[in-house]
Amino acid sequence: MWQFLKTWYHRLASPKWFYHTSGRWLPYLAAVTILLLVSGAIWGLGFAPEDARQGNSYRIIYIHVPVSVLALVGYYLMAVAGAIALIWKIKLADMVMVSAAPLGAVLTFLALLTGSIWGKPTWGTYWEWDARITSMLVLLFLYLGVLALSRAFTSRDTAYKACAILSLVGTVNIPIIYKSVDWWYTLHQPATIKLTGGSTIHPAMFKPLLVMIIGFYCFYALVLILNTRAEILRREQRSAWVRELI
Amino acid sequence: MKKARKQRLLLVIFIVVVASLGVGLVLYALRDNINLFYSPLQVQSGEAPFDTRIRVGGEVVTGSFSRASDSLIATFAVTDGAAQVPVQYQGILPDLFAEGEDAVAVGRWSREGVFEAEEVMAKHDEEYTPPEVAEAREQAEKVKAGADQSKRPDN
Repeated sequence: MWQFLKTWYHRLASPKWFYHTSGRWLPYLAAVTILLLVSGAIWGLGFAPEDARQGNSYRIIYIHVPVSVLALVGYYLMAVAGAIALIWKIKLADMVMVSAAPLGAVLTFLALLTGSIWGKPTWGTYWEWDARITSMLVLLFLYLGVLALSRAFTSRDTAYKACAILSLVGTVNIPIIYKSVDWWYTLHQPATIKLTGGSTIHPAMFKPLLVMIIGFYCFYALVLILNTRAEILRREQRSAWVRELI
Repeated sequence: MKKARKQRLLLVIFIVVVASLGVGLVLYALRDNINLFYSPLQVQSGEAPFDTRIRVGGEVVTGSFSRASDSLIATFAVTDGAAQVPVQYQGILPDLFAEGEDAVAVGRWSREGVFEAEEVMAKHDEEYTPPEVAEAREQAEKVKAGADQSKRPDN
């Protein structure tokens, strides 16, 4: 068993093997993603009941919550990939880390944008410097920092170390974002979906939200794999198997 | 695990731990400044400064809201359960502003003991319920409150 895991791990670390295997699974993942996102969006935007106080404007949670969740989870993924690249010096981990940065930046930006659009009708303001919103903005800058660092060095060997260290330092921000609404007075309301204890959302509204969250997880995996494949081709363009492919 | 890898693993753990400690200490030192608003108790106990732009937040006291008949001046009070702060505001309130719900006001705390707001924001809660469910819940609460009252001997 251990031996099997070890060989699998080593094969996974080979860009060529990853490229071919992921290519086989991509169509299925894409189909599942589209199915989940389309059905979740229709269910959430069209059929879920409206909120007693916020009316229809609450429906932006079907985008806002999934993109925010993935922005936070994606950061851990990027940092773990960075740690693996740093410790085991695996090229593929470096490629995953670099591919996760622009994706995370876009998701964080979308979370801030949808939150801002939601904030105007409910709170009465587009932007307020409260702990949740500010720490989320810091997350955007961390993603952009990793992205900038990965392009700033001519030597790949220096670049991945700098990116990995910045990603690891930035992990401090994730629990701060998550707990900010409990630790300080903020304009943003506390968490609705709790990991422990009951959620304060009606099941008829929660089910489509869950579909959207799972759909966005699939979407994240899909885009990350596509990004990583592009990165593999870019870096391995001189190798024989890539030349054969193109 | 090879020695070099073990050392790099320790380095990674070291980076995360030191960064967490550093940021944790900074946040602990700044803990009062990170709060978006003062609570009514902090304002009434003199913790909040006079005549500078601050924010105060709390629940809008039920029955405290009134609007002048000839202008847009609105007055209400916010509370945190321990103290109340009267707020005066001229302008349009957000749709979700209501008595019994949370609100945050931006403005100046005057020496006359009135908070002169330039901006009022509503703070919505984390509950999402369909209107029918919310209505049913309110009805149930009313029935329950009525039952409690009728039980009281002096009523």
